[in-house]
Amino acid sequence: MRKILLMGNPNVGKSAFFSRLTGVHVITSNYPGTTVEFTRGHMLVAGQKAEVIDVPGTYTLEPTCKAEEVACEMFKEAAREAIKEGDVIINVVDATNLERNLYLTLELMEKKVPVIVALNMWDDTKHRGIHINVEKLSEWLGVPVVPTVAVTGEGFAKLIAEIHKARTPKVRHHTRQERWEDIGKIVKEAQWIEHRHHTIWERIQDLTVKPRTGLPIAALVAYLAFKVIRFIGEGLIGFVFEPLFENFYTPLIMKLSLLLGSAGFWHDVLIGKLIGGEIDYMQSFGLLTTGIFVPIAAVLPYVLSFYLVLGALEDSGYLPRLAVLMDNLLHHIGLHGFAIVPTLLGFGCNVPGILATRMLESRRERFIASTLISIGVPCAALQAMIIGVLGKYGGGPVALVYAVLFLTWVVLGFILNGVLPGFSPELLLEIPPYRFPPLRILARKVWWRAKGFLREALPIVLMGVLVVNLLYIVGVFDFIANLTAPVVTGLLGLPQEAVAAIVIGFLRKDVAVGMFAPLDLTVKQLIIGCVVLSMFFPCIATFMVLIREIGWRDMLKAAGIMIITSILVGSLLNFLL
Amino acid sequence: MNMYSESDKIVPLTQMQSGQSGVVAGIAGGFGAARRLENMGIRPGKKITKVSGMFLRGPVTVQVGHTQASIGFGMASKIMVEPRK
Repeated sequence: MRKILLMGNPNVGKSAFFSRLTGVHVITSNYPGTTVEFTRGHMLVAGQKAEVIDVPGTYTLEPTCKAEEVACEMFKEAAREAIKEGDVIINVVDATNLERNLYLTLELMEKKVPVIVALNMWDDTKHRGIHINVEKLSEWLGVPVVPTVAVTGEGFAKLIAEIHKARTPKVRHHTRQERWEDIGKIVKEAQWIEHRHHTIWERIQDLTVKPRTGLPIAALVAYLAFKVIRFIGEGLIGFVFEPLFENFYTPLIMKLSLLLGSAGFWHDVLIGKLIGGEIDYMQSFGLLTTGIFVPIAAVLPYVLSFYLVLGALEDSGYLPRLAVLMDNLLHHIGLHGFAIVPTLLGFGCNVPGILATRMLESRRERFIASTLISIGVPCAALQAMIIGVLGKYGGGPVALVYAVLFLTWVVLGFILNGVLPGFSPELLLEIPPYRFPPLRILARKVWWRAKGFLREALPIVLMGVLVVNLLYIVGVFDFIANLTAPVVTGLLGLPQEAVAAIVIGFLRKDVAVGMFAPLDLTVKQLIIGCVVLSMFFPCIATFMVLIREIGWRDMLKAAGIMIITSILVGSLLNFLL
Repeated sequence: MNMYSESDKIVPLTQMQSGQSGVVAGIAGGFGAARRLENMGIRPGKKITKVSGMFLRGPVTVQVGHTQASIGFGMASKIMVEPRK
C-alpha cells in the first residue's frame, strides 16, 4: 500500500494534522516531543486507500536523540520504497517559523522522494504580521505548497486534492552552508514581516521564564494543579461514583450474594468476604466487588481529573517553561530540565512517562530518568489508593508519603549522577508560544486516556483480585510470608501477611494497596507499606516497557536499585516514626 | 582560549543583560553543539535577544526570529554575541 509520511520539526502540529487526515486519535500537546513513536492510520487519496504515518518531529535528518532516530529510520525506509510504492512525504511546516523549518524541507528534497509542503498554523501568521507568498515559495521549492490549520481543518480539502501533485525535485546534495544560503534567498523573496510591538500575551510569556517571577508562578501552578486534581477527583467519587455504586450496584450484588448462599468457593471468588453481613468494597476482595470498585470508583475519578489538568498544562505550552525553571535542580540528579515532562507524565501512568524519556539525549539520562520514575513517581491509580487508605487520617500521613518519595527521588538521583560514568547533556529546548487549550481537543484527549486506562487496567485488576483469592486458597501466601518474615516484620515492622500485597504489587499497585485494608494496620504501618509498595518493584506494564526501552541488563540494574532502596527507606521509616 | 576573547566588543551570551540584543558572531564550541544550535536557527549573523537567564548558572532563554529557545548555561557561554549599542 502507498504510504504517506508526515514529517516536520517538533511541535509544528503533525499529530493534530494526522488526526485530521485519518480520524485516528493521537495525543497532541503544545511542546516539542509529544510524539516519540510513530502511529499509523489510513485515508483515501483519489479513491485509493493509503497508509498515513505520524512520524516524531525532527529538526534535521541527522538525529540527536532516540525520537529523532525513529524519524530518520522511517524516512529512510520510505525513501527506499518511494519509487515502487508511490510513497509521499507531507512536510508539515510551521508557517510562523519558515526559515528554521525550511532546513528540513531542503534536506528532504535532496533525498529524491516526492514531497508536498503544508504551511501549518497558517492562522497564526496573520496575528503575527507574517506574510508569505505561497506561489513564490512553491515556485522556488518546485513542489506544491498548501496553507493549512490542522486544529480547524482549514486547507485540508486542497491539500488532499494536491497530494498526487507531490513532486520529486531534482536537487543535488548540498552542504549545510549552501542550504542556509538558499533558505536566506527563499525567505527574502517569499516572506515579508510587519514590525510588531510586544503584545501583553508575549510579556506574560517572558514573565513565566524569568526566574524572579517564574519560580513563584511555578509554585502557584503546582499548588493549583494539585488542589484542582483533588477537588475534581474527590467530587467525582463523593457525588457521582459512590452514590452510583451504593444505589444501583450494591443491591444487585447483595442479591447475587444471597443466591450464592453467602459463602463458599464461588462466593469467595466473586463477592469475597462479607464484613458484618455487608459488602465492603475495599475489604471484601471479590472479583465483582473490589475488582470492579477499585478501578472504576476509586481510581478512574482521579485518572480523569489528573489528565484534565495535565492536558490543560500540556496544551497551554507551560511545560517547556517549567523545564527551564527546573533545569538547575535536575542537573544535580544527572538530568536536564526537559526530564520534568516524562516525570509529570509518570504521575498519570509510569508507562507513557518512561516512553517520553526518548526525548532525552543520552542512554545515561534515559536510565536515570526511567529508574527515578519507576521508584519515586507514583501513578494516578496508586495515588488514588494511597489517598483512599490514608486520607481518613488527615493530610499529614499522605503528605509524608509524598515527601519520602520525593526525597528518595532526589537523593537517589544525586547518587546515580555521582556513580554513573558520563555527564548530563545540556538543555536545548524550543519554547512554544502560549495557546489557549482547544477545549474539544482537550476533552477528546482526557476521554482517550481514560479509555486507555480502563482497557489496560481493568483486566489486570480483575486478574490480580482472582490471583489473590486463588493464592490465599492454595496457601502460597503463607509460605512466602514465613519465608520473608525477617525482612517484612523485622526490618519494615509490617505484619508478615503484608508481603502478599507486595507480591501482588507486581500486577497492579492499586490492588496491592487495597490488600492493606483488611489487615488492620496502624497509620505508621500504612505509611511504610505505601512507601515500600510504591518503590519496591515496577508493576508488570512498567516492567515490560522498561525492558523494551532500556534493555534487560539495565532493567535488572534498575530493579536491584529499587529493591535495595525500598528496604532501606522502609526500615529507616520504621525506626524513625 | 577562543578566538573572540581578545575583542571587548564580543561577549558570550551568558554575560549579556536580559532584554539586550545583538548579532551572533560565532559559536566557540564543538561541532555537535554548533549543529544543534544551528538547527534551531541560532547561527552566525542572526539577530538574537536574551529574554532571561536563570540564577546559579541556569539556562538562558533567547529569541531568534520567531523562535524562542532555552539553552543550558555551558552551551550558552559558547555563543559569542556582538551586542547592539
